[in-house]
Amino acid sequence: MAKQLTIFVENRPGRLSSIAKSLRENNIDIRAFTIQDRGDYGLVKFIVSNPSQAYLALANLGCACALKDIIAISIPDKVGNFELLTSALAQNNINVKDAYGFVLQTNLKGVCCLEIEEAQSAAAQKVIQAAGFTILKDDELYNL
Amino acid sequence: MDVPFWNKEIETADRSRLEAIQLERLRETVGWALKTPFYQKQLRQAKISSADDIRSLADLRKIPFTTKDDLRLNFPRGLLAVDMKDVVRIHSSSGTTGIPTVIYYSKEDIDNWTDMLARCLFSTGVTSRDVFQNMMTYGMFTGGLGMHYGAERVGMAVIPMGGGNTKRQIKTMKDFGTTAIHVTPSYLLHIHTKLEEAEVKREDLVLKKAFTGAEPHSEDIRKKIERIWNIDAYNSYGLSELNGPGVAFECVYKNDMHLWEDGYIVEIIDPDTGEPVRDGDSGEVVLTNLIRRATPMLRYRTRDLAYLHTDPCPCGRTHRRLSRIMGRTDDMLIINGINLFPSQIEEVVMRIPEVATNYIIQVEKRGDLDHLTVKVEIYPKLFLGDPSQLEALKGRITEELRSAIILHPTVELHEPNSLPVSEGKAKRVIDLRPKE
Ligand SMILES: [Zn+2]
Repeated sequence: MAKQLTIFVENRPGRLSSIAKSLRENNIDIRAFTIQDRGDYGLVKFIVSNPSQAYLALANLGCACALKDIIAISIPDKVGNFELLTSALAQNNINVKDAYGFVLQTNLKGVCCLEIEEAQSAAAQKVIQAAGFTILKDDELYNL
Repeated sequence: MDVPFWNKEIETADRSRLEAIQLERLRETVGWALKTPFYQKQLRQAKISSADDIRSLADLRKIPFTTKDDLRLNFPRGLLAVDMKDVVRIHSSSGTTGIPTVIYYSKEDIDNWTDMLARCLFSTGVTSRDVFQNMMTYGMFTGGLGMHYGAERVGMAVIPMGGGNTKRQIKTMKDFGTTAIHVTPSYLLHIHTKLEEAEVKREDLVLKKAFTGAEPHSEDIRKKIERIWNIDAYNSYGLSELNGPGVAFECVYKNDMHLWEDGYIVEIIDPDTGEPVRDGDSGEVVLTNLIRRATPMLRYRTRDLAYLHTDPCPCGRTHRRLSRIMGRTDDMLIINGINLFPSQIEEVVMRIPEVATNYIIQVEKRGDLDHLTVKVEIYPKLFLGDPSQLEALKGRITEELRSAIILHPTVELHEPNSLPVSEGKAKRVIDLRPKE
């Protein structure tokens, strides 16, 4: 399954730049990122060109980070598609823990990343494919 | 268990023999003290004008206490009892107030102190085959040179590293096959987090024992040290007013520290009244130095809170055991009227595996009330990337703290190695309340 790199960061200036610096020094390309604010700390989530190398680089810095399984879905950039996806999941009682998406080519192509409880992951993948969407292979996601 | 003795006769002498030694040395010490301007005044107050006025150990209680402030006010020579030509060492501390204190040692004083330290170290089972890396700060701080001399007397190969420079400490342990170290507990925990960075594996090291000191710490911290390092850690106690390290030390049984009663007289008093507490109760440790001529020290108030065990140690030593230091009379925090020692928080925090080694206690005013914040670092290896895990962790720490200290703190999670750690004494408490 595709891996997302999740990093624990304190909410103070300079933390993101030190992570960014380490990724740059390791020649790691960032495909997407999002930050979840939890008050005194936050979780930064990255899709990168080489998640395990990025993980090792940050762990070496002493960061608390983890690789998490996600489902990355290729989704045409069209009105109504996100509803189609989420209602398919809802009808099958599948809960989405966290999600984010981005457009790759306007009016053509977008990507949606989903964190799903492990027990529901296999079922979720079937539902997504049955709804007509493609799940990106690991390499496809890392090399977007 | 094999119980090694440096001086079996003295270490196992019965109480009456120990008390006879104490009385003889107390009389001698009072004689030396009467040569100093400070103690002439103190002892005159107690109607003691010569060593002959000390007839029994009970007479000790006639002598007024000596405090840190007395040492400051009498800086630099008010407690010097010998001619400067007989002084071979000076240790001084600047302290937080900026007014320094000083301790002078004669050749014989250094020799006595060194012998006590050899006794301490030997009682843990180290021998001349051991390689000893001293990670305590050298210079004016007694923890460095003092222990250095003791370790040499045992015959160990001593590496005088001093404090700090963590990567080099690790590399040195590997290069020379260090088997024993002298270190503060917080620094020992810190070094462990740097092994990977130094590209040294635990298996590359032959470390077996650590002597921890200079910083009060809980039994949980010892267990954590022993678990993550897979070594034996021995607690120690000392302060420069009483020579330095080696006043009390744990033997192979690691059940609190034998206080060498042929070298020091210990009293446990109620810090408010100055009266002795009942046997086995906790109170302020008061010590009289029986083995230092150049700077005599009578009934010194250490401000450390501890108790004496009343039961004997299976090792056979007759010298009583001092508990861990539970706090200091001056580091007790009063928060909304509740007495709190940082050690109480430390005990809770150290029980939780998802939390790393550093923590900070912060107190501030919110409106009329004091508010307590406990900052902890998350332990990277147990981080799963889930916000729910982190919230559950926060909740658990809050709940455990509340049941241990009654107060309801805010718990903050921090990144690994982000809280300030001085590579020596850890500063754990930040009190932001306005001073009255
Ligand atoms: Zn013992």
